Amino acid sequence: MYTIKGKTTDWELVIGLEVHCQILSNAKVFSGASAAFGAEQNTHVSFIDAGFPGMLPVVNKYCIEQCVKTGMGLNAKINKYSRFDRKNYFYADLPQGYQISQLYHPIVGEGFIEVTTADGTRKIGVERLHLEQDAGKSIHDMSPTKTFIDLNRSGVGLMEIVSKPDMHSPEEAGEYLRHLRAIVRALGTCDGNMDEGSMRCDVNISVRPVGETTLRARAEVKNVNSVRFVMHAIEVEANRQIEVYENGGTIKQETRLYDSENGETRPMRNKENANDYRYFPDPDLLPVVLTDEYIENIRKNLPELPEAKKKRYVEQLGLTEYDASILTADNETAHYFETACQGQDAKKVANWVMGDLFAYLNKECLSISKSPVTAVNLGALVGLIADNTISGKIAKDVFQIMIETGKAPATIVEEQGLKQTTDTGAIEAIIDKVLADNPDKVAEVKAGKDKLKGWFVGQIMKASQGKVNPAMANELLNKKLQ
Amino acid sequence: MTDLVNLKITEALDLLNKGEISSEDLTRAHIEEMAKGRVLNAFITETPELALAQAKESDERRKSGKIGLLEGIPIANKDLYCTKGIRTTAASKILSNFVPPYESTVSQKLKDAGTVMLGKLNTDQFAMGGSTITSYFGATKNPWNLDLVPGGSSGGSAAAVAAGLCMGATGSDTGGSIRQPASFCGVTGIKPTYGRCSRYGIIAFASSLDQAGPMTRSVKDCALMLNAMAGYDAKDSTVANVPVPDFTAALTGDIRGKKIGIPKEYRPDGLNADVAAIWDKGIQYLKDAGAEIVDISLPHTKYALPVYYIVACAEASSNLSRYDGVRYTTRVEGNSLDELYENTRTDGFGDEVVRRILLGTFVLSAGFYDAYYTRAQRVRRLIYNDFIEAFKNVDAILVPAAPTPALTEKALKEMRPVDVYLGDVFTTPASLAGVPAISLPVGLSQNGLPIGLQIIGKHFDENTVFQVAEVLEAQANFDQTPKRVKG
Repeated sequence: MYTIKGKTTDWELVIGLEVHCQILSNAKVFSGASAAFGAEQNTHVSFIDAGFPGMLPVVNKYCIEQCVKTGMGLNAKINKYSRFDRKNYFYADLPQGYQISQLYHPIVGEGFIEVTTADGTRKIGVERLHLEQDAGKSIHDMSPTKTFIDLNRSGVGLMEIVSKPDMHSPEEAGEYLRHLRAIVRALGTCDGNMDEGSMRCDVNISVRPVGETTLRARAEVKNVNSVRFVMHAIEVEANRQIEVYENGGTIKQETRLYDSENGETRPMRNKENANDYRYFPDPDLLPVVLTDEYIENIRKNLPELPEAKKKRYVEQLGLTEYDASILTADNETAHYFETACQGQDAKKVANWVMGDLFAYLNKECLSISKSPVTAVNLGALVGLIADNTISGKIAKDVFQIMIETGKAPATIVEEQGLKQTTDTGAIEAIIDKVLADNPDKVAEVKAGKDKLKGWFVGQIMKASQGKVNPAMANELLNKKLQ
Repeated sequence: MTDLVNLKITEALDLLNKGEISSEDLTRAHIEEMAKGRVLNAFITETPELALAQAKESDERRKSGKIGLLEGIPIANKDLYCTKGIRTTAASKILSNFVPPYESTVSQKLKDAGTVMLGKLNTDQFAMGGSTITSYFGATKNPWNLDLVPGGSSGGSAAAVAAGLCMGATGSDTGGSIRQPASFCGVTGIKPTYGRCSRYGIIAFASSLDQAGPMTRSVKDCALMLNAMAGYDAKDSTVANVPVPDFTAALTGDIRGKKIGIPKEYRPDGLNADVAAIWDKGIQYLKDAGAEIVDISLPHTKYALPVYYIVACAEASSNLSRYDGVRYTTRVEGNSLDELYENTRTDGFGDEVVRRILLGTFVLSAGFYDAYYTRAQRVRRLIYNDFIEAFKNVDAILVPAAPTPALTEKALKEMRPVDVYLGDVFTTPASLAGVPAISLPVGLSQNGLPIGLQIIGKHFDENTVFQVAEVLEAQANFDQTPKRVKG
């Protein structure tokens, strides 16, 4: 169990995440305006998004479907009856003066995500998923006296996925987020790009002495926008709370902001008037009522989820649980792996992907989709080893050239003359030469010093510049030394 | 020549069809009348040039034979209906400079039906009130007597129609805002079933109650105009996707055997004698026409008023949040965003609007929500059920439209707000239940003021409502034209 050692006692962490996933959809959730990211300010805004008088929201059915799909990915209960509520508050980038959300009857109920860490696999509870609209964006740094408003994001559909306070370490929270991202990406319901803000995370965190069972006051750390930052923010915030407790202080429930540059959290500006959102059912929208048929139809057409994929890798491809969980952690890796696997030994491909390839990508900070070595080429490389075209040793060199040139391994082997020698006559000639050059050592072997055989193989490989098939060399050497 | 401004829509259509008059003739006559009637302050914005241009276009269309249901008829829109390129204010200061870049669905449908628009009609600010005295643009006067209010919130519509400034007008009804002014001004107006007309582009007061409806000088005109306004709209989720029947076809003149319910809860002790007398007269008229009068009970009627004010204000408090000084409204600057909000909204909203926003904010607040809003929603369901039960036994219900004839502006201003709210006692139950209800003039008070009765029908059964109303209209033989009071 993950604990933090304090001055007086060991502390345990209790963590819950609220993740906002922007729904992958061409149109916004209530207006039909484009939901595309990165357009010029205020160009994707309908009169509905801008809160004009008499404008009415109409729900985008595709966004409903995306929520249902995601709910299924979270192993969650799909609520056949859900409803929209208004969350009322004033802000300059909230044109209606309220956000349409789902407080009382969310579209998706309880579920879980299976998370694998070094400590094993655990189910992390999901409390709910609800559909809501995003607000616009306030830009404060364009002028010292003015705030600019961009409403492009106003009305874009969000899924807010709330976990249970089930996590107890930064790693676990990080893995939960990675798994969640893998699920929504696999389903095509959210692109999961945290740096573009299409996936945003608020972290709820409290600490308590090991052994205590009640929950203490928590801090909500806002807008932590990468997995690494989430893990770091948890660590920082937990340590801050422990220090406060150990110095005799108390933690009050509050909202804090994570500052990645200074590695700290700090309280958000406390508004004098406590927010009362005055939630009530939105009278402009009808309840969302789903039929069994509708739900089953979506379930039937659901793509393979990371968990199922992992199971398949273990059961059908013979991978270890650990390898399978790494290769299924995101859609792109799984896709790369499966492409490379075509007609090849899956375990060997897995070793190459997780070994040489990941080492290189990590070093260069590249995502797998940007790998200079394509999946097809990596598969081909494994194939060249399997059919004895090259040795494993030569393959490492070929891989290096593939990184540098992006060329197919067969081309490289051809161009560089790296093809392994399997011609018995040629190999025998090399062996004969090595034996002739070392008559004293031959005598020693014949006298029973078997260990020297390895030395001979080494000499043969050296003489052939590694191009001799080691197994054949061994076999032929044995014959000659009998 | 015929007095064009006294014609019913049906009569005018007849003359237009025969080629005896043009839409331009009709429109010019109304533009003149509109100018003469300015003492009433029925219009916030007059659009005579637009009207003439539309009239000429209509006459062209008529020549080409492509005519709409209300081809060439000059009407006016309550200033809650967004009209593209024409200032739409909701009778408020905060929207006093707002020019919508879009057209409401209902006003568009009326355009498509060939109508000519004379202008935008006065109303209580954001439709909040029953007198049209809360308008930022000044009170509208009742054409029957300038000391009296026309009722509200569609008081501009009622006064303009009664005074012959337009042939028909759109109104909107949240808790009686079509039916009560119709009664005060002696005209006919229907609040159709909730979901019959699109709310798209109509400035919202209380979304679960707001409903568009026509105001005219006859039942048949009302049926005809509703036909042009009603129907499914993909832009409003709460519009029912049901066919719209030809309402005029229901006007058979024969209601023999129809069962008309008379709910005892609408006759409290101390009911205004004039109102009681007209109600009795109405009952007798329907009996004479062969209807069967049935005593019924709508047991939760007494809760309608408080439930209405909780639900309507709660929704209004949220609906009006968008008027914040940031985008299209008036703006009064401040040193912070909060100050900008406070300054803009304090300056931009009238007292009655502020009162209802405060009330609505209160009933939705943490700690009060269940006691007020949740409970009100439960009681609303009981009121709805009252009507469902009643309509198992009767075809329609006959009740007064308002507890009194029109009051003076002076008297109203001296009343406590809560006592003013009592004026909605007979109209709010049908609003909460979402059932259709028409108000038509049936007689005069002892002081010579019009008094209307309501006929309430089943959901989406406006046909029966119109059918009974037309018979009552014929029996009452009420002259819907006041002795015109003009400047």
